[in-house]
Amino acid sequence: MAKEIMIDPVTRLEGHAKIDVFLDNNGDVEDAYFQIVELRGFEEFCKGRPVEEMPRIVTRLCGVCPWAHHIASSKATDGVYGVKPPSTGLKLRELGYLAHFLESHLEHIYALGPAPDFIVGPDAPPEKRNVFGVIEKVGLDIGKRVIQNRAYAVKIEDMLGGKSTHPVYSIPGGVSHSITEEDRGEILKMGESLVNFCLFTIDVVDKFILKNKKFLDIILSKDIYYHRTNYIGLVDDENKMAIYEGKFRVVNPEGKEILKFKPEDYLKHIAEHVEPWTYLKFPYLKDKGWKGFVDGEESGVMRSAPLGRLNVSEGLKTPRAQEAYERYFEVLGGKPVHNTLAFHWARAIECLYAAERIVELCNDPEITDKKVRNIPDPGEYRGEGISGIEAPRGSLIHHYKADKNGLMTELNLIVATAFNYAGMNMSVKKAAKALIKKGKYDQGILNMIEMAFRAYDPCFSCATHSLPGTMPIMVNIFNEKGKLVDVIKRK
Amino acid sequence: MAKKKISIALKRGASCVGCDIAVVNFSEHLFDLLKVADIVFSPTLLDVKYEDLRKMPDKSITIGLYHGAVRNSDNEEFAKIMREKCQVLIAYGACAHMGGIPGLANVSNKEKIFKTVYKDTFSTDNPDDIVPLTEWVDKRGHKLTLPEFYDEVYALDDIVDVDYYVPACPPTHDMNMQILSLINDWVEGKRELPPKGTVIAKEKTLCDECPRNPGKEKNIKIEKIRYITEVEADPDKCFLEQGILCLGPATRAGCGAPCIEANMPCRGCMGPTSIVMDQGCSMLSAIASILGISENEIELSEEDIEKFVSQMKDPLGCFYRFSLPKSLLRKAVKDREV
Repeated sequence: MAKEIMIDPVTRLEGHAKIDVFLDNNGDVEDAYFQIVELRGFEEFCKGRPVEEMPRIVTRLCGVCPWAHHIASSKATDGVYGVKPPSTGLKLRELGYLAHFLESHLEHIYALGPAPDFIVGPDAPPEKRNVFGVIEKVGLDIGKRVIQNRAYAVKIEDMLGGKSTHPVYSIPGGVSHSITEEDRGEILKMGESLVNFCLFTIDVVDKFILKNKKFLDIILSKDIYYHRTNYIGLVDDENKMAIYEGKFRVVNPEGKEILKFKPEDYLKHIAEHVEPWTYLKFPYLKDKGWKGFVDGEESGVMRSAPLGRLNVSEGLKTPRAQEAYERYFEVLGGKPVHNTLAFHWARAIECLYAAERIVELCNDPEITDKKVRNIPDPGEYRGEGISGIEAPRGSLIHHYKADKNGLMTELNLIVATAFNYAGMNMSVKKAAKALIKKGKYDQGILNMIEMAFRAYDPCFSCATHSLPGTMPIMVNIFNEKGKLVDVIKRK
Repeated sequence: MAKKKISIALKRGASCVGCDIAVVNFSEHLFDLLKVADIVFSPTLLDVKYEDLRKMPDKSITIGLYHGAVRNSDNEEFAKIMREKCQVLIAYGACAHMGGIPGLANVSNKEKIFKTVYKDTFSTDNPDDIVPLTEWVDKRGHKLTLPEFYDEVYALDDIVDVDYYVPACPPTHDMNMQILSLINDWVEGKRELPPKGTVIAKEKTLCDECPRNPGKEKNIKIEKIRYITEVEADPDKCFLEQGILCLGPATRAGCGAPCIEANMPCRGCMGPTSIVMDQGCSMLSAIASILGISENEIELSEEDIEKFVSQMKDPLGCFYRFSLPKSLLRKAVKDREV
């Protein structure tokens, strides 16, 4: 009497993702699938486009993280043209990108992720578990600070990128325009506000989450939100966390470095697996091979994004973020942290890093230099470029090949969310297994499974843009003949 | 007496979700909208279900906003449901309006896209040639389904009747405010809605409001097309004057020229003005009138013309960047030879 439970958070509504859970004869979970139901095919239709246009085409891969693709793309086009941006050009790219990290992460923390779950509380009524509920709980003044500081990040993106969503800033050899002394002053002021606000955000994590034993127990529990996986992230020469330039470092579940490689060498170490039930591919470690959706040292599965980044790095380069980083591992019991819900805390620490780094860059006299771009020398044209950066949601690789006329012939994209896709499948399955026993389940499953994959802040899904507690989750219960016998809906 | 509130539904198709962010960027003005309208269906904002939408009586929703192109069977199904349920249906953003950048996939087809994505890409390891299937049964007999990926990308009005269009990728804050004021005035009975088919933006070209417009008295003449990888763009001078392709002459105004302000040329996301049928043709004609023009234009040989035209890299991907599915070409049946 096999049963199927279809948890349909987004499909029919958003056309992006759905979860199917299958039970065995005892009513226990036999299998679970987290499907991505959409494809647009950039790898095909970008062929024939001029390489120099790529940074402003691939932004449309994602309206939530357009800057990640924009920056990764321009870096790959540098490679194709064999051009190196001047120092100020690189710093301005980083400046715009840091603002994007803040916009993306802050949005997730306050509107979509942990703030509504933990500050308002996992048991609060769904209509309160949203950004407005957070404001109610922390006070209107603080609510205003949240909105204002997110707006600052967007403003910096606008000033540099022309448009915060789908910027047109980064081009082969640098960026399209310099900034004035007046711009610098304005960005610095916003950056300083953001530093204070991010310190406050870390305090919020402390006050509302870590000091609450019940919540800390949920985070530290190994029953549901826990996977011993490999981790991947970009680090600099001192193994400090990097987002724009560095080498990919992979650590195993013991925290031991097993790989470190230049993004240009990614094909030696990373491959992608295809499944017939989803449109998204699964990156895995080539040395380990694809062994399915399992954790452990021998599995090819790795996790990325804030959790992975902190696990692979030996610190952060800005002072206050470094303090927060140290405390994080102290509280969570050392490296690596396998607790999926720790993603949220790690995300707040990265925000602080981004804000501190914005201030650093604004205090760098070079930032207003007018030389922001080098024109490619035709003699240096290579026709191939690979870039690896860290997107808010994980490692990101763009690989371009082009003909002698500068037209794209082939491209490969391994997007950030894909790095965590296998992990998400495992998390969903584990949550389902823990919560569905002998065919028994209740309303609680909705919140718990939602929390399992929302920790990753998955980008492919509008789920991430739903206000928590209002995510349209529904569980359809099918009998052994495939007939719908019950529907659990969020009340 | 308080007026009866109208209702609004939001739905996405094949979209990057940038349009959702554009709606979020209504920011505090979202509350102004909520004074006159109830959002009755928005997976982004509310706990409402597909079934809820389907159960609503036909035409029971006042205004529907649909963003994204139609790329698969799910997108099509929901476009139709939105049409049934909404009195007024708005194609919101470049993809719903004209197919957008995902519409560039019409240079290819499903088979080739699958082959590239699931077989040929450098890191893909797929010895068994697995591709996603609309229906698949695992070894334990569990059946999984996926929407059907179409051969072609469609704009919203290729599938259903559309009342209004909001162009741009994504729509700007000012454009959102314009919609809000239209809705407000209509609800308060101050003015009627615009005629059906109206594109909610300006009726002139981007050049007409471009901060770099050299003025009509100055005839632009370019000898050679230049690319941003070859030259430093002068931040004050018209891009076309510099020989850099800019879609300003073939593109509707109303975006506020943010790309130009960031020292990058226009790529046409607002689409053409209403008197133009095909944006790419319009741009080609603009180029033809300024390229290589000299006193002895009449003496240009076929060869000369060919030489000028061949300077244009990827005219299809440039002139139809956002509008291929709505162009006269619609879909390529054969790859261009490089």
